[in-house]
Amino acid sequence: MTTSTTRPQAGVAPPVPPPRRRVRGLLTRHWYAWAMVTPVVVVIGALVMFPLVKGIYLSLTDATEMNSGRTIGVNEIPATYSFVGFENYIDVLSGSDGAFYSRLLWTVQWTVACVTLHFTIGLGLALLLNRAMRLRGLYRMLLILPWAVPPFVAAFGWRLILNEQGGVANSVLGLFGIDAVNWLGEPLAAKISVIMVNVWLGVPFMMVALLGGLQTVSKDLYEAAEMDGATAWQQFRAVTLPGLRPVSGTVILLGTIWTFNQFPVIALLTGGGPGGSTNILVTEAYERAFQGIRDYSGAATYGALIASMLVVFAFFYKRWLAKQSEEVFG
Amino acid sequence: MSTRSWKASAGLHITLVFASVIAVFPVAWVALTSLKTDRATWTRPEKLGTLGVSNYTQVLGETRFLTWFGNSLVVAAGTTVLGVLIAASAGYAASRMRFPGKRPLMWTFLVTQMFPAAVLIVPLYNVMSDLGLLDSYGGLILAQCTIAVPYCAWMLKGYFDTIPVSIDEAGRIDGLSPLGTFWRLIVPLARPGISVTVFYSFITAWGEVAFASVFMQSEGHYTLPIGMATFVSDFKAEWGLLTAGSVLVMLPTAAVFFLVQRHLVAGLTAGGVKS
Repeated sequence: MTTSTTRPQAGVAPPVPPPRRRVRGLLTRHWYAWAMVTPVVVVIGALVMFPLVKGIYLSLTDATEMNSGRTIGVNEIPATYSFVGFENYIDVLSGSDGAFYSRLLWTVQWTVACVTLHFTIGLGLALLLNRAMRLRGLYRMLLILPWAVPPFVAAFGWRLILNEQGGVANSVLGLFGIDAVNWLGEPLAAKISVIMVNVWLGVPFMMVALLGGLQTVSKDLYEAAEMDGATAWQQFRAVTLPGLRPVSGTVILLGTIWTFNQFPVIALLTGGGPGGSTNILVTEAYERAFQGIRDYSGAATYGALIASMLVVFAFFYKRWLAKQSEEVFG
Repeated sequence: MSTRSWKASAGLHITLVFASVIAVFPVAWVALTSLKTDRATWTRPEKLGTLGVSNYTQVLGETRFLTWFGNSLVVAAGTTVLGVLIAASAGYAASRMRFPGKRPLMWTFLVTQMFPAAVLIVPLYNVMSDLGLLDSYGGLILAQCTIAVPYCAWMLKGYFDTIPVSIDEAGRIDGLSPLGTFWRLIVPLARPGISVTVFYSFITAWGEVAFASVFMQSEGHYTLPIGMATFVSDFKAEWGLLTAGSVLVMLPTAAVFFLVQRHLVAGLTAGGVKS
């Protein structure tokens, strides 16, 4: 390409104009798009980015309720917290605050257990519902019901059911001669309870999404597989699962994010208890910030760590998406 | 399919009936308990006592349930209107136009919609406290927008992507500005998508717990989850009130839910598959 052209034609990269003109050029070409995204940029900037930066700053201080600026009556007490560098992160990551690694481990267990159960149960039910049979519409409607229940209402309902004294779960166990379980009061039982409730809430979404996916798998493929004498299991492995790949990838991903961030179920069912054993990272951060003496800097440190995990996760998600769309559309 | 043996058929139906019972039982149990009028029977599963609607009259008449219901409505409606309005134009721009800053913007939508409240709650609390917005609808609505705006934008971009670009071109030939094309042609066509986004952001804000429990400090400003949680604590167990309130919350939500659920799945997964 010759560089002597002074008037660039369409499709040819123009020589770089001086900065002023360049800004003006960009503005005339893109002002419309920029104007349309401005409100969102302003809102996200003010409500997400600014607090995020402030949160990161707080995580580098020793701010608590006691040394933060506040107003009592007419007296304004100035903030007295000071910059401590990475002390909070060292405290948390070295495990000396005592909770981080056990919370992280439980968060991973919780997410893996919930998503695995969501997906397998959801897929199982979707496969059953994907057949011609009587009452199919009714089953579908009944099975979807938990999704229609707001999570906070579900948490209340399950607390009634799992109540140690006089909960219906224990009286059902009693019918089989099993001793009453302190569902929400003992660490292991409480962990099982929160997983159970979250699975109950989350299966319908997976089921409906996978059912939709199953209906897009071409019938010809099944016929061809049958001609080749494939067994039901072989058909499932070779036709159904690959056909579901795009849908299942997406729902597993959404499920993972939702479960990792699931706040209402744990906060309202066990409140993180007993003794913090059911606290996942997000409820732990919340508890540090707003219970007892409010440890703002500690909570901000947890917040920053959670945010960075999600950024790393999003990075891999984007790569996965790019690969996926290459396979599907490319 | 007529080749299925009766044994397989029975197995199929037994499994589905079993699963349906598990799905429905908790809801049915809450509904049943809400009708039990004798306090003593709330935690006696085997006893029914007298059934009646006194829990409902009590929750409506003697508690602040209706105030909380109203608060939840105001906050959820405010969040939805604000979120969808500003997200729609950005979603359209991201779907149709190429402009510098688009990639970082989409990346921001993706990452921030994953942020749980825990990431932002402490600094937001400080900001709201500085601005005197704690314990007010406006403050909670703004806080909820941190969740609503990114995913509304993300979902709506997904919807706009499904509308053929030829429609925009036709609009432009007829002399419409991009904003005119968007408003007169695309918004009406995207109405199913927009209504699902509206429903989803409404329902999310309506049941949000973390921000609401910290920002709303006086009982008169509680939203439903926070207010209803006070019915059952370590010190009292008003299961009648809690279950009656739960039923009153569930009925309208479930009704709308069943109307839009088919579109909801498409909407939630569409945004993910095509970026």
